[in-house]
Amino acid sequence: MKQGTITKVSGPLVEAIGMEEANINDVVEVSANRLVGEIIEMREGKASIQVYEETTGIGPGEAVVSTGSPLSVELGPGLIGNIYDGILRPLEKLADLSGAFLAKGVTAPALNREKRWAFKAVAKVGDTVEPGDVLGTVQETDLIELKILVPVGVSGPVEKIADCEATVEEPIAVVGGHEVTMMQRWPVRRSRPYRYKLDPKEPLVTGQRVIDTFFPVAQGGTAAIPGPFGSGKTVIQHQLAKWADADVIVYIGCGERGNEMTDVLMEFPDIIDPKSGKSLMHKVVLIANTSNMPVAAREASIYTGVTIAEYYRDMGYSVALMADSTSRWAEALREMSGRLEEMPGDEGYPAYLGSRVADFYERSGKVRCLGSDERLGSLSIIGAVSPPGGDLSEPVTQSTLRIVKVFWGLDYALSYARHFPAINWLNSYSLYQDKMDRAFDERLDGFSDLRKEAMALLQDEQNLQEIVRLVGQDTLSEADQLKLFTTKSLREDFLQQNAFDEVDTYCSPAKQKAMLGVILLFYHEAGLALEKGVYLREITALPLTNQISRMRFIPEAELERITVLQEDIKSAFRELRAAREEDAESGR
Amino acid sequence: MLKEYQTVKEISGPLMLVTEVEGVKYEELVDIRLQNGEQRRGKVLEVGDGFALVQLFEGSAGINLPETSVRFLGKPLELGVSEDMIGRIFDGMGEPIDDGPRLIAEERRDINGLPINPYARDYPSEFIQTGVSVIDGLNTLVRGQKLPIFSGNGLPHNQLAAQIARQATVPGSREKFAVVFAAMGITFEESQFFMNDFRESGAIDRAVLFINLANDPTIERISTPRMALTAAEYLAFEKNMHVLVIMTDMTNYADALREVSAARKEVPGRRGYPGYLYTDLSQIYERAGRIKGREGSITQIPILTMPENDITHPIPDLTGYITEGQIILSGDIFNKGIQPPINALPSLSRLKDKGIGEGKTRKDHAATMNQIYAAVARGREAKELATILGESALSDTDLAFARFSDEFDERYVNQGFSTNRSIAETLDLGWSLLRMLPRAELKRISDKLLDEYFPEA
Repeated sequence: MKQGTITKVSGPLVEAIGMEEANINDVVEVSANRLVGEIIEMREGKASIQVYEETTGIGPGEAVVSTGSPLSVELGPGLIGNIYDGILRPLEKLADLSGAFLAKGVTAPALNREKRWAFKAVAKVGDTVEPGDVLGTVQETDLIELKILVPVGVSGPVEKIADCEATVEEPIAVVGGHEVTMMQRWPVRRSRPYRYKLDPKEPLVTGQRVIDTFFPVAQGGTAAIPGPFGSGKTVIQHQLAKWADADVIVYIGCGERGNEMTDVLMEFPDIIDPKSGKSLMHKVVLIANTSNMPVAAREASIYTGVTIAEYYRDMGYSVALMADSTSRWAEALREMSGRLEEMPGDEGYPAYLGSRVADFYERSGKVRCLGSDERLGSLSIIGAVSPPGGDLSEPVTQSTLRIVKVFWGLDYALSYARHFPAINWLNSYSLYQDKMDRAFDERLDGFSDLRKEAMALLQDEQNLQEIVRLVGQDTLSEADQLKLFTTKSLREDFLQQNAFDEVDTYCSPAKQKAMLGVILLFYHEAGLALEKGVYLREITALPLTNQISRMRFIPEAELERITVLQEDIKSAFRELRAAREEDAESGR
Repeated sequence: MLKEYQTVKEISGPLMLVTEVEGVKYEELVDIRLQNGEQRRGKVLEVGDGFALVQLFEGSAGINLPETSVRFLGKPLELGVSEDMIGRIFDGMGEPIDDGPRLIAEERRDINGLPINPYARDYPSEFIQTGVSVIDGLNTLVRGQKLPIFSGNGLPHNQLAAQIARQATVPGSREKFAVVFAAMGITFEESQFFMNDFRESGAIDRAVLFINLANDPTIERISTPRMALTAAEYLAFEKNMHVLVIMTDMTNYADALREVSAARKEVPGRRGYPGYLYTDLSQIYERAGRIKGREGSITQIPILTMPENDITHPIPDLTGYITEGQIILSGDIFNKGIQPPINALPSLSRLKDKGIGEGKTRKDHAATMNQIYAAVARGREAKELATILGESALSDTDLAFARFSDEFDERYVNQGFSTNRSIAETLDLGWSLLRMLPRAELKRISDKLLDEYFPEA
């Protein structure tokens, strides 16, 4: 291919002439340092290139060579358990090559070229296969059995296939004259094909009470977590990565802190997945393009991550992708747009921000995968948003909210009061609520009724609090005071959840239902007792209240203790009522 | 031999356009000789076919276009580093300004540094004792953390920073420790305050100072923190020292950045700051940290004054998104005469949990920290209620909490700038305050700890 010549360098943007033969979105190698870049604009023979590395020391006159193909990533065994940068360079390998600091121009392939994987053939010689059909499997980790699929664009009879040990580059089958390897490449900006999309019906259980009970997200759904700094976005994202009942987790640290990724790297291997009993790292792929790493690679990291997620979805897995934070990705778009001197939209963001955000979230969904075995796969996307100053009217939050179905609004006031997770229950919403109610009720009878009652109480609380602020608590009727007592319990004993407590960090739906049941039972029993003339202070002084607030520390294996607590509540109130009846009789 | 150009076409603000150039590289350092022989420096911000846009560090005053000659040095802005930098004072561009001997550099480093590979980072977990109770007890600082001080105009953030620089130690260790101080656009008096404080306490012998004063060239400020961090990286990761970097005032830094951005006619983000302010700040803050297999560490305490005490202003806002917590100073607390005027409730250290507890500080640390927070919050609430409804509306328990929050300010926070409390003293003080409350109200502390530290009467 003919090489072009650099005419201009401005930060991560490089312009080159003589690029007539290159295509838009082609990956190019810039200068003798072979920095990786991508063509984002073409004007006759002049290409504008965003470079994924620092451009210090590059100048006009140096060469640019197109690779002739768009930005693509390698897909195959070995992704899980690894950490990559925004264009899928393995960070562990880079640390071997260039030490603790990321040097320019140092690169390595995403997949290990030497490692031999045991391939087990599923298809047989003579089978006629189409794209998406399973040729064979590879045990990638203890948890993930990788399915090697017939690549898109390949079909016909299987001419050669056998169990074997192979590297990712060696052919494991021949289909319709094509040699198929375990490794495939896919351009990141193009979504991977599937047969058709389905309506998401199953909940993605996260083990987080406020989410599962009040604002559930569906498998194949989308959710956004906007919040100011210090409101706990990252902790929630980590919690979801740790406990969501997805088969594969793709975690993208996009323009965030380096130490957070280190935390993930150090902590996740020790976390035991509740479903499988294996280390979490057996199902996690990490993409880390921290804030100080090149900004163009940050822009790519979102696409890299979602492409990997789609790859596992296509095998029929349920995949959850966490992106922290999509605002940093949008800022990368803004920076490139500014350097291209495009006409800016709101707050300097490019006019196409909304459509880019929509494109990204639309890659989620529950799908019927390609292939003749009718597999179902799902990809859920949960994006953190970092609105400047916590102002939700800014463009990134707004364009995100237009597209996602679940909104977990983080509240600074709550985090200030150390109420975590600081998800505001009054302004958050889940548009999957009806479907998820049905799904939860099927598993746990009566779950949605409890939820509705609890939510109604929490909404009443808002009004009562206003009265209290104006005239003091004593003016409220005892019934209303009981309501406030109950909502306080809902807030402190149910909505609050300690991510750092060994037991409290994960709460199964069964336990959530039981806990909610106890709090509301207490409320009902107390209401009856009030009617019988029992004083509220007698009720609030019951030692049981202490047990209610310690319910969340009951391990999953001992849930019968919550049932015992229910019985205790009933008998305690029986006694209270009986005592009051006796008093009344003796008084008469 | 480097080619000299006399083709300066345009000067506008801190920017200079040189035409008819060849072979110029992005971010290259530029030497400028004025008609009167004066030397200035700049760096290449943009290079195109036959032109280079140069950012002038020392400003453009007095430059004559046709008579000025320009040389491109073929390398980015570098700092010569050596262990002898310790105890010395430099200007914002890394030139010594004390009367010390010439410095012989052991190596020259690009001041932009390189990003640390996230895989190579080690998680910060070693407790640093600052001797300030609100920090040690409630917002614990650990080695490798970046914990900014969000301050306002007229607040004594400098005294607090100097106190931390003076007192910071890791209990029980005798490792090599250094302070790197970067001043950006602060006044002569403020810089004198730091120098005198460092001299009196002897901290100067283990400090490296980079000083850009308010009347020094604005654009120089963009390099000053990078100079300081380059020195810090060298000392930390080559010479195995634990380095505390104090940078003040980041607001002046961001304003300098805005000046360049405006001169380039870039599309502004919020409040006129460039859209890349986040990325730019992160390239400074993210240079804090620890690296696996290396002894040293870089801990950063950047100081910034929030314009109009507005925490949603882009500078504190973006800083908060990058740093690992924040210490917030408050004018209201200052006016009550409490020193240091730290507002404990919104202050936060994100990394505290890994640096406290048995073997690091003490086993009761985490529980008392949570309890004190909760109690102060409840006390403040009770006091608010009392201002509306009168103190008689408060229950005895609420009254106890209200008194607790007053005593907390008075005894726990208000320690002055010269008291150095050990972590044991801080924790014991915490207990002596908590004993003001009914034992049954201390729900965040386990019974076992309560029995040990707060036995029932």
